[in-house]
Formats: sequence, structure tokens, C-alpha cells
Amino acid sequence: MSEAAKPAARPTAARGRNTELPEHLKSYKGIWVFVEHDRGHVNPVSWELMGEARKLADKLGVDVSGVVMGGPDETLDAFAKEAYVYGADHCYIMRDPVLKGYRNEPFTKGLTDLVNQYQPEILLLGATTMGRDLAGSVATTLGTGLTADCTELNIDGRALAATRPTFGGSLLCTIMTLAYRPQMATVRPRVMRMPKRDESRTGDIIEMSLGMVETDIVTKLLSFIPDAERNTVNLAYADIIVSGGKGLKNADNFKLVWELARVLGAEVGATRAAVQAGWAENERQVGQTGKTVRPRLYIAAGISGAIQHRVGMEGSDVIVAINTDPNAPIFDFAHYGIVGNAMQVLPVLTQAFRAHLDKRIRKVA
Amino acid sequence: MHIVVCIKQVPDSAQIRVHPVTNTIMRQGVPAIVNPYDLFALEEALRLKDQFGGRVTVLCMGPPQAEDALRKCVSFGATDAILVTDRSFAGADTLATSYALAAAIRKISQEQQVDLVFTGKQTIDGDTAQVGPGIAKRLNMNLLTYVSRIVEVDLDKRRIKVERRAEGGVQLLDTTLPSLITMLEGTNEMRFATMDDMLRAGRCTVRKWNKDDAGIEDVTKIGLKGSPTVVSKVFGPTPRSEKADMMVVADTSVNDVCLNLLQKIFTTHPTLEEETVERLSA
Repeated sequence: MSEAAKPAARPTAARGRNTELPEHLKSYKGIWVFVEHDRGHVNPVSWELMGEARKLADKLGVDVSGVVMGGPDETLDAFAKEAYVYGADHCYIMRDPVLKGYRNEPFTKGLTDLVNQYQPEILLLGATTMGRDLAGSVATTLGTGLTADCTELNIDGRALAATRPTFGGSLLCTIMTLAYRPQMATVRPRVMRMPKRDESRTGDIIEMSLGMVETDIVTKLLSFIPDAERNTVNLAYADIIVSGGKGLKNADNFKLVWELARVLGAEVGATRAAVQAGWAENERQVGQTGKTVRPRLYIAAGISGAIQHRVGMEGSDVIVAINTDPNAPIFDFAHYGIVGNAMQVLPVLTQAFRAHLDKRIRKVA
Repeated sequence: MHIVVCIKQVPDSAQIRVHPVTNTIMRQGVPAIVNPYDLFALEEALRLKDQFGGRVTVLCMGPPQAEDALRKCVSFGATDAILVTDRSFAGADTLATSYALAAAIRKISQEQQVDLVFTGKQTIDGDTAQVGPGIAKRLNMNLLTYVSRIVEVDLDKRRIKVERRAEGGVQLLDTTLPSLITMLEGTNEMRFATMDDMLRAGRCTVRKWNKDDAGIEDVTKIGLKGSPTVVSKVFGPTPRSEKADMMVVADTSVNDVCLNLLQKIFTTHPTLEEETVERLSA
């Protein structure tokens, strides 16, 4: 029921279907990034994608465009300026009162109309609750291919090669949309690196109107209730993360992860197994179905390192793995490995960091 | 009230292994389960049935053995079950899947009008979250994704009010029936199957529809033929080019290993040490 449900053992599954791009779709050119924003702020995932789009576009020799949709009183032009700074050449702006606050219906129509009018070959969106809602609807309306939650984007020939984990994360597969345009993909926040700003960059704006009025739209946005707790877990942007997995055996042992995290001023992460066992909250899950993180330091305790987890944290600067099994896959991509029992190592490591950092902090004070 | 809940039978991903040499999935002996995310959708549908009466039809596209997953749903309290199964569906990606399921729902609607369609947030094997939105578009239903709470259903006015999880907050949305809801996980807890329902699940007939029964009009839109995405390559993860710096606890004392690690990290990444001290001092 998804790309992943295709036979994995037979990679080129073209059997009996047309994989040639029809003539009328060959005019589709350029890469678009949907610029997601909410209450005055652009979601950083849009800029991460802009940086990636720039790289792909340079390989193809085409332009990058940002798509900015919103209400007339929102700062859409400022968002467009930011888009140039992160790599866009053009911005398509759609301004309409009904586009204030995300709703599926007007955004689907708007983005679909823009695609049909200006014909990009690739359309990228963040794999957020907004991006996934919109991408699924637009791809179905256009009848084109969409690859979800990609961890790598590349160009193969002239087509987008989108790689994502498959089958619960034991393998990776590369998916292409050969005979349809645009080629669509979603990428989760933090999977791609934030591009460098280039303040000298500028671009042009193409405006298009939506042609919808509020009475056309069935679904009403009554209110937006911001999350009450401002101090909710911010795993994606944490500098240091200490994570625990199945190897910790029980909830009590998982507390050792918390102790090391406290000493380091770090956030606590967990594998899907640890979350399912109830040792850590849902929002602490790192991996394909949890969060993608890019900390400076990632300490993995009792984690074997299945792809599912790996894709969520392999962008970390320094990865330390503690595992009893010297053949655990995590040692294939960790920078430092400790072969040993995490229950035994964690308290000692915590004490070592505490002693060292206390000394340094006293010196600072 | 007539609710259709779309479910998928998936391999229990926790138990999947990959052949170390051939990089193929070893499915033998891996138990098939109802996609865990779908159970939140089913429970929510059952709660509405408890409240308003009516029926809950569970719908699944898959191979004949997916019948087991449907029976499981009946044991939890679903009224009846339909399995859409046909060789021509094989190899379907999300676009082709939503085409087939939408056709089946249209067909179900001819028997009794459908007020709501539920799906899980995503599956645990594909993880795409695309089939729900696809079905909604094809049926021209209002799409409500990532629903965390159903606030109110007014059957007379045919309206529904829900809370939808968004980035940084919750949207309160009001729309009309019929709608398609993708239910967020952790929003409810699946009830225990009653003895009556378990017996009923064993006896009930799971209706099996082939592509014609399901009302598929255009066979070029189903299965592999109807799938725009092509899997071009399947591969295992590559190890990092440099080997990890390994320390073995058995060789030396834990304390030495930990001090050694700390020294190595902070010597190679001095800014990491500075930043950590700074953060802790603040």
C-alpha cells in the first residue's frame, strides 16, 4: 500500500508499465519548495529543503523557486526575501484571506493551480503535519508520485532519486517517479543541513490569485490553541542527547540515561522499543517514526542501531555508542564505541562527566 | 451512523530481519498484525457507534490472509468486514492504493451511506501517511488529518468539530459530513474484546471483493500499473568510512574506559566542552 510494500528483492519493478516521460511533461522545469509558515514564522525545514533544492537544481541546471501562500496581512514578501537568502531564484506568492491559517482545501487548490500553471519538475515539502496533509492531497489531485519522509535526495539521469528507509527500517530504498510530473517528496525537519545564508542573493516574485471565497470552503478554522507548555521537549534542536534503547532492560535502568543527561545539560531520547515499553514519552522517540535530531553529541546506550533509529540521528556530529554486542550495527556508524553493559557504564560515565564539568564550572565562576 | 475504518495488515516490524548477504527481507515466521496506528482509528469509530448507534465497517486491501486482521477488528466490535483482494492490486503504491480503497468505499456507500471514514495516522511498514489524504481527495470528502480529539458530532446538522494536531499547537476545525479522519496515536485506548464479539468474529463472513466487486472502473489505475513511483534500488546501510574508535570494558576497568572516552571527546571537540560548560553555568 506504499512504496515499501513493493517487492524488495526485485529492485527494478518496471514490469509492463510505462517508465518513459511523455512528451507533454518534458516542459516541466525547475525545483519548488513549499515554504511552510505559521503565525509569522517560517518552519526551518523549509530552508533546509531550500538548501537541498539549490544543490539539486545546480546539478540539473535549473532554477529554484519558493512557494509562499498566506493571508494578506501576513509578511509573505519578507518570507520570499528569506527564501532568496537560502537559495531561491524566484518566489510564487499566493495571497488571499482564506489562506490565513492552514486548511487543506484552499491550500490544495492553490498549490495544484500553481503547479499546473507554472509546471515544476520537482516539488519538495517538509514532512510536517501540514506538509504531509498537503502533499498527499496535491499528489492525488495531480495523479503523480510522492515519496514520503526521504532521508536523501539525488539526481539520477534527469530524475529525482529519493531514498527512504523501508520495511520498518532494516533497508533503504530509492524511489523514482519516471513517467509523471512533478516528482514530489517530503523530507522531515533536521534531516537536511541548514544552508548558509547568502545575504547578497535576491530574486523575483510571481503573484497568482487563488480564486476562492470563504463561502466556497466547507471546513472552518475556529481557533488555534498553541501548546501550553513552552518547555516541551525540543529534541530536534538539542545540543546533546543521551538516548536509551531496549538494551537497558527496564524503566529503572532507563533512569541512568536521565542522570547522565542531567549532568550534561542534555535532552533524553529513546528508541521506538523503549517508548513502546513505556520507559520514555512519545515525543522523545528518535528515528524514522520519531524525531530526526542533529546534536553536537549523541550518546546511545543499549541501542543496537537499526536503520529506523539510525536515520533519525546519524547527522549528529559525534556519536558515542555503548552496547554489549561488539557486532551491533550501531558501531558501524558511531565515532566512539564502548563494548560493555550500559547499566554498568552509564553511572561511571555520569560520575566522570560530573567531576570534570564541576571542576570547569568552578573555574568559570 | 455508518463509519468505514480502513485498516492494513502489516508484518510486525519489530520482528523483521534482513538477510545479511542478500539484503532481502526474511518474512518467514514474522507475525502479521493489524497496523497499530489503525487501532486508534477503530476505537474512535467504535466510540461514535456506542454514542450514536449505527455500524462500523472495517475495510482492508491486501492478500487473502489479511482476513485475520479484519476478524481481529470484528472481535473488538466492528459490525462487518470487507477484504478487497485481487492479484491485480499487487505492487500498488499510495496513489494506486487510495484509488482502489476509494472505489470500494463508494461501493459500500451504495449499500448504506457512509458518514465518516477513518484511517490510522500512517502504517508501520510504509510510514507514508499518504493513503488517507488520497482517499479523501478521490471521494471529495473533507480531510481531517492528525485528529487528536473529536469534539462534537451533530448528525442532524451533519457537522463535525475536531481538534487537529499542528506544529506548535492544535487547530479547532469545524466541517461537514462526510469527512475522512486520520486519527493520531495515543488518543484513546483499544477496548478489550468481549466474549460475544470474539465468538462473532470467528463466525462472521468476511466479504471478499475482487476488483470488479470493488467497482474498479479503470484497471490502469490499480496495482503496479497505476503506481507512478518506481523502486529503483533497495540496499542495506553503508558503514561509515572510518571505523569507530572502540573501547572494550572487559579489557580494562570501566572507570578507565569512561575517563578515556571523556578525554577523547573533549580533546577532539574542544568547543563542545566550552559550550557544555557555558550551558551548565547559565
